Amino acid sequence: MLENTGLENTGPDNAGPDNAGPGDTGQAGTTNAVGLRERVREFLAGHDPATLPRPEFLRARFDAGLAWVHYPAGLGGMGLPRALQSVVDAAFAAAGAPSNNPERIGIGLGMAAPTILAFGSDEQKERWLRPLWTGEEVWCQLFSEPGAGSDLAGLATRAALEAESGNQWEVSGQKVWTSSAHAAQWGLLLARTDPDVPKHQGLTYFACEMTGPGVEVRPLRQLTGEAEFNEVFLTRAVIPDSDRIGAVGEGWRVAQGTLMNERVSIGGAALPREGGMIGSAARTWRDQPELRTPGLHDRMLRLWADAEVARLAGERLRQQLAAGQPGPEGSAAKLVFARLNQEISGFEVELAGPAGLRYSDWSFRRPESVSFYGRDVGYRYLRARGNSIEGGTSEILRNIIAERVLGLPTEPRVDTGVPWKDLPR
Amino acid sequence: MSQGNASEMPSLLYSEDEEELRAAVRALLDDRAGWPEVLAKTETDEPYDTALWRRLAADVGCAGLLIPESQGGAGASYREAAVVAEEVGRSVAPVPYLGSAVVATAALLEAADSALLKDLASGTVTAALAVPFATGPFATGPFADGPPAAWPSAKGPLTGMRVAAPQAGDPAGQTRLRGTVAGVADALPADVLLVAADGVPPGLYAVNAGAPGLTVTPVVSLDATRQLADLTLDDVPARCVASGPVAVRSVQAALAAGAAMLAAEQLGMAQRCLDMTVAYLKERHQFARPVGSFQALKHRLADVWVAITQARSAARYAAACLASGDPDAPVAVALAKASCSEVAVHAAQECVQLHGGIGFTWEHPAHLYLKRAKSSSIGFGTPDWHRAALADLAGLPAAGRPR
Repeated sequence: MLENTGLENTGPDNAGPDNAGPGDTGQAGTTNAVGLRERVREFLAGHDPATLPRPEFLRARFDAGLAWVHYPAGLGGMGLPRALQSVVDAAFAAAGAPSNNPERIGIGLGMAAPTILAFGSDEQKERWLRPLWTGEEVWCQLFSEPGAGSDLAGLATRAALEAESGNQWEVSGQKVWTSSAHAAQWGLLLARTDPDVPKHQGLTYFACEMTGPGVEVRPLRQLTGEAEFNEVFLTRAVIPDSDRIGAVGEGWRVAQGTLMNERVSIGGAALPREGGMIGSAARTWRDQPELRTPGLHDRMLRLWADAEVARLAGERLRQQLAAGQPGPEGSAAKLVFARLNQEISGFEVELAGPAGLRYSDWSFRRPESVSFYGRDVGYRYLRARGNSIEGGTSEILRNIIAERVLGLPTEPRVDTGVPWKDLPR
Repeated sequence: MSQGNASEMPSLLYSEDEEELRAAVRALLDDRAGWPEVLAKTETDEPYDTALWRRLAADVGCAGLLIPESQGGAGASYREAAVVAEEVGRSVAPVPYLGSAVVATAALLEAADSALLKDLASGTVTAALAVPFATGPFATGPFADGPPAAWPSAKGPLTGMRVAAPQAGDPAGQTRLRGTVAGVADALPADVLLVAADGVPPGLYAVNAGAPGLTVTPVVSLDATRQLADLTLDDVPARCVASGPVAVRSVQAALAAGAAMLAAEQLGMAQRCLDMTVAYLKERHQFARPVGSFQALKHRLADVWVAITQARSAARYAAACLASGDPDAPVAVALAKASCSEVAVHAAQECVQLHGGIGFTWEHPAHLYLKRAKSSSIGFGTPDWHRAALADLAGLPAAGRPR
């Protein structure tokens, strides 16, 4: 997604629900890999993936506590360490069981679920987590606005409590860079409920039904020609107070939890050597000797070395998390990932020479999936420009590192002590 | 590309034992090698701090880290040795840890010279490998196809050292060496020099520092905290430590270990430069603000920190691969030395620049780090040298070359 995280985002070292130790809800015999595999086997014996319809199978898996084992019992998990999840996933995959297509519901799994778990009421957890995990309800994130990118806390979408009912909010405003909005049932919405207090204090967090009246989703065409993202126009959309997440005025704190999880999920999966974008450049280098020049060779080697070192740094980050020592290095990984993708794809276009002058398709369409691979070099080059903007610009990330990690002082601020309505815009 | 996959990935973290070792080394170096002492030492005739080295070598046990317990050492590995190197780099202490406890020790371990290893482990004898400090490991090229007949290196023979004719009365087993080696690191405080001589077969020889005909001339060095020396051997008596393929492997192991542990040193230097600069920018005021609150400076330091997170992973991976004898070690060493060299130089340059005027003075320690970082980037192979090695190791041939 292309949501910009604000300057004031939570430090990457904050412990979220995923970092909490295992609860005492673990059931006997399932607290290790062997026990878990046995439990999956028992489950499969009673739920044949070949005959059960997919949604039914996934719901049953959730109810058996085998959805996300680090979640609490009764909410799809068993309160086990997060590291054990891969054991369960592998056991189900080996049995040919249907998955919940995690890439399709990334925002729900990576951001909405941890936020609901940490800040939602018991009723909200019961209501939302199961269809979220099974993929029956897709979630999106309504944070950024045309006037609030890096300065997320300055956002202007207004939510006002309806005077007559007293238990419904009326929301108006515009959100932007919303991936999955066109497929989503729910949006994580950050809105201003009190313009008379300083900007961080007047925000409240909601779950917004995306299919209701007053919610209009329009595709947002990006510089690659296609539309991964959307603009969302909210015109007197109504949200019941029961869909508020956290207290009125606590929206900023809740949003920080969401953004912290965004950062964690950007760390990405373990890759083999040359598993990322560098692999495509290296293959071209090997397959087409006629493209090689001394200058490009130097760049090829620098990029290969940098990409491999970044991969090692990613491994080290995962080892830190697995050892229960989460460090701030995740924000470094995001910066390096963005820079490398941009440099490697720029290199690839040059290496391609005349072929780099061509582009596959400028037509305005919604891509089926978003991937760097299986596309031409021009697409990779263009799409990678977004990597240093989405999920917090590289400049904002450097601020966060300087202030949260290195402890350097903040710039003098003119926007934190005055009511939001009095800020220049 | 089967190597280096996640399934085989060694731990890139620091163990509790490694952190304990770090604390012990840091306590000693903080106490005995503060930068005013280091700076003062560089302006004396004895730039190496032999008293400090004895404490580090024998009392803390750093001299014998890599040597098996059966030969009097600590039986530790390159993982622990790298942690010590980080601390030595952090303090830029003028001690021959790298030359003796890493490079010479690695050569002797490969050559299985237990007598000399026992002396090194006890800290009573210090040794150095007599090759130019700028020599990079030669993991690839002719060595990849089997032990070569002569020392392989990028630019001709390794040292130009020759076996000379024996003299009347020479005991059996003694050899005489003739030749010169320029720019050797950690040779000045060494009691024993391990000299690589060309010839058929190539050999590795031990020469005592006091041997007749040996001249060790200090070089005015860019890095005064690791002063180099030029060696002239004029028919100097020597004992053969290894010959033929064993000698080649010994020198190769020594250079690879030197490159990997120097990378760890560079990591320590870079971290110290960052720490020093962050502390200064919090305290230094201009325009009625701490200068560290200016975004232009914060971003530069954030970039240094990011680069260090990358370099640390590369350095740890190289140490782990050497420790376990992983076949991916040549790639790991090249990555670490290329990466850490550039990060250390970057951090030291930023340290000078962001300190402003005081960073350009002789009295401020920034220049010690700048000089050590720049020199170290050449030591045991420049970043470019190591990337060229990666071209072979990763199968990314240069323009005009098939494969």
